[in-house]
Amino acid sequence: MRLGLTAVMLDDQVAFLQQWRAYLEAKLGRRVEFVQRGRYRETIELLQSGHLDAAWICGFPYVRYRSELQLVAVPVFRGKPLYQSYLIVPSQDHSTRSILDLRGRMFAFSDPDSNSGFLYPTFQLHKAGERGETFFSRAFFTWAHRKVVEAVAVRLAHGGAVDGYVWETLRLASPELTQRTRVADRSPEFGHPPIAARASLAPADARALRIVLTGMSADADGRALLARLNLDGFTPGGDELFASIDRMRLEVFQG
Amino acid sequence: MPLSTLSLSVKIPLRVALLVVVTTGAVTLTLLAREYGELRRNLAAGTASLGQLLATTLIQPLTHDDLWRAFEIVRAPLARGVADAGMAPAFITVLGPDRRVYVSTDPVRHPYGARAEPLFPAEVLGGNGRAQGFAGAEFVETADDQLLTAAPVIADGVVLGTLVLGYSRAQFLPRYFDLLRRAGLGALAVLAVLVPLSWLYARRTAAPLVRFADEMDDFSRDHAHAPHAPAALGDEFARLAQAYRRMVSAIGEKERLEREVVAADRLASIGRLAAGVAHEINNPLGGMLNALNTYKRHGKGDPIALRTASLLERGLLQIKDTVSALLVEAKAANHPVTREDIEDAKTLALADERSRGIRLDWRNDLDRAIPLPSTLVRQILLNLLLNAEHAAAQGGSVGCRVQRVNGSLRIRVHNDGDSIPDARLPFLFEPFAAEEGEARGLGLWVTYQIVQQLNGSIDVRSVPGNTEFDVCLPIPQPS
Repeated sequence: MRLGLTAVMLDDQVAFLQQWRAYLEAKLGRRVEFVQRGRYRETIELLQSGHLDAAWICGFPYVRYRSELQLVAVPVFRGKPLYQSYLIVPSQDHSTRSILDLRGRMFAFSDPDSNSGFLYPTFQLHKAGERGETFFSRAFFTWAHRKVVEAVAVRLAHGGAVDGYVWETLRLASPELTQRTRVADRSPEFGHPPIAARASLAPADARALRIVLTGMSADADGRALLARLNLDGFTPGGDELFASIDRMRLEVFQG
Repeated sequence: MPLSTLSLSVKIPLRVALLVVVTTGAVTLTLLAREYGELRRNLAAGTASLGQLLATTLIQPLTHDDLWRAFEIVRAPLARGVADAGMAPAFITVLGPDRRVYVSTDPVRHPYGARAEPLFPAEVLGGNGRAQGFAGAEFVETADDQLLTAAPVIADGVVLGTLVLGYSRAQFLPRYFDLLRRAGLGALAVLAVLVPLSWLYARRTAAPLVRFADEMDDFSRDHAHAPHAPAALGDEFARLAQAYRRMVSAIGEKERLEREVVAADRLASIGRLAAGVAHEINNPLGGMLNALNTYKRHGKGDPIALRTASLLERGLLQIKDTVSALLVEAKAANHPVTREDIEDAKTLALADERSRGIRLDWRNDLDRAIPLPSTLVRQILLNLLLNAEHAAAQGGSVGCRVQRVNGSLRIRVHNDGDSIPDARLPFLFEPFAAEEGEARGLGLWVTYQIVQQLNGSIDVRSVPGNTEFDVCLPIPQPS
């Protein structure tokens, strides 16, 4: 089974990924291969073309390509299958309260296929009648949430949109990095980036993967791995978790 | 204590040690300068290769306008660990073709979109138009102690931007101080070995000289009869020179004394001989004169015999005069010398002074009587004045000064005539020492004898145009 990973999680922990893969192989009774790609788009294309069986993707591409995907599981973070988008600014900036305070500044998005790192802040600007290209002096993509934090920490960007789960996890792993940023605004809660399988994957395989993932919190090895992921576990979830993301998508891109 | 008086056993080691220190310092500085040059060359080479690498790597992000990727590329050389290994730049900034900041590792100082002109000197931005890359790039120093270098990022002949590498002078300081510290420690280690060695060697070199100076000092002091002379000032060379001078003057003094002793001995022998001869002659002479007297009084009156007797008597009287002159004897019964006695001598001696046009410079300082036999003093003065008058040139001058000095009567008589030849000086006071055609020559002999009997001294100094006799007679203290 080929599983795609994206920067919705901290995908630079090689040792952890080996342990997780070994765990999944043992539970699934079959070979598991993680495939990492720098950009969401590549992972989704691999999923669409059948090169991947499932992938940990963002809620935004999930709702966008809903017909080509089937939901496997949703991570549970702080007891809920939900997360927030954070607006972060350099720690020296004590005044910014909203993305609308950053007119004419430098802004870092994570990935154009990310909800928290692109769709939600774009939606906020859209509501205010603004567009990122003209509202900021310059906006750029770092292609990873972690790098948004870095860009803001070194003050290359005056603000950035980041996955709240990633920022909180990073705060535990690299506090010296997150300390140099300040969370200026938090979004409403959205469905946590889910693990989705291509629609063509046999339902039995999808179900097997779902059972293994949701069962991780039931055994010690699984809990140890979940602790590394800073998650409580996985839940089967449902499409209703991502309805708010879909509404924003429709409003911004097809409205 | 001034440096010049230090002993050579200190001074020579000091000088050698100083030389060692100066040499070591010079060598250290030379090495340091070389190292510093090496440091700069390394920096230039490192910068060139780094710049070349970055310029190549930046082509894609710049053509794709991928700001974050460009940032990650320029940030990499500054990452911790990489920066510690070499001399990483303090900042790297990429300028766009519009000469505005595209991305910088120091986004606070060089924010996106900022115009390059106020941020960088024009000569740095000049790199924008050059095609040769970093290999020939020069460092430009800015006012705020930064070293900048720049080169264009070129893809397919199109200038995509300018890469500026900045170094801060301060970041080289630890390295330079480390260099300085190592060089300093090396120099100190060399000095720690060389200074004691050279000190020891120099001390050994100086030791014989110091010993020699000590021995010379002691020897010269003993032989100059000045054992309590103050210690010589200065180093051993100065002490050697002083000891040498002391010895030379001691030897000179010794020779002079020896000559005086020899002269005095000779005069004393002559005196004894003269006195002995005079006594031996005087006894038969008295008898012969008595016999002649008797013959003249009681003889037959033969005119020829009488004339002959008279001739004999005159001859014998002349012998008696001569002998008496040789036999100088101080007669006790004499009144003390007074000012008038001196003036009398002047009157007697200089009777024909005016006829020869001789000028007299007379000075008699006596104001009261002096307990010295007046007859003898007058004779001394008379003899000296007559001699001086005789020796003075026609129309010349004679000077005389009589004074009481420190318990002595001092008589000085000088004239401006021809000087006494050196060859005659040692025999001047001997009887009949006068040359052919001169007077009998007993005057100075008599004078010398009288001075001797009065326990005085007589000296003569004769240079062309001035001959001076200096007599010093101690005045007896009333017991």
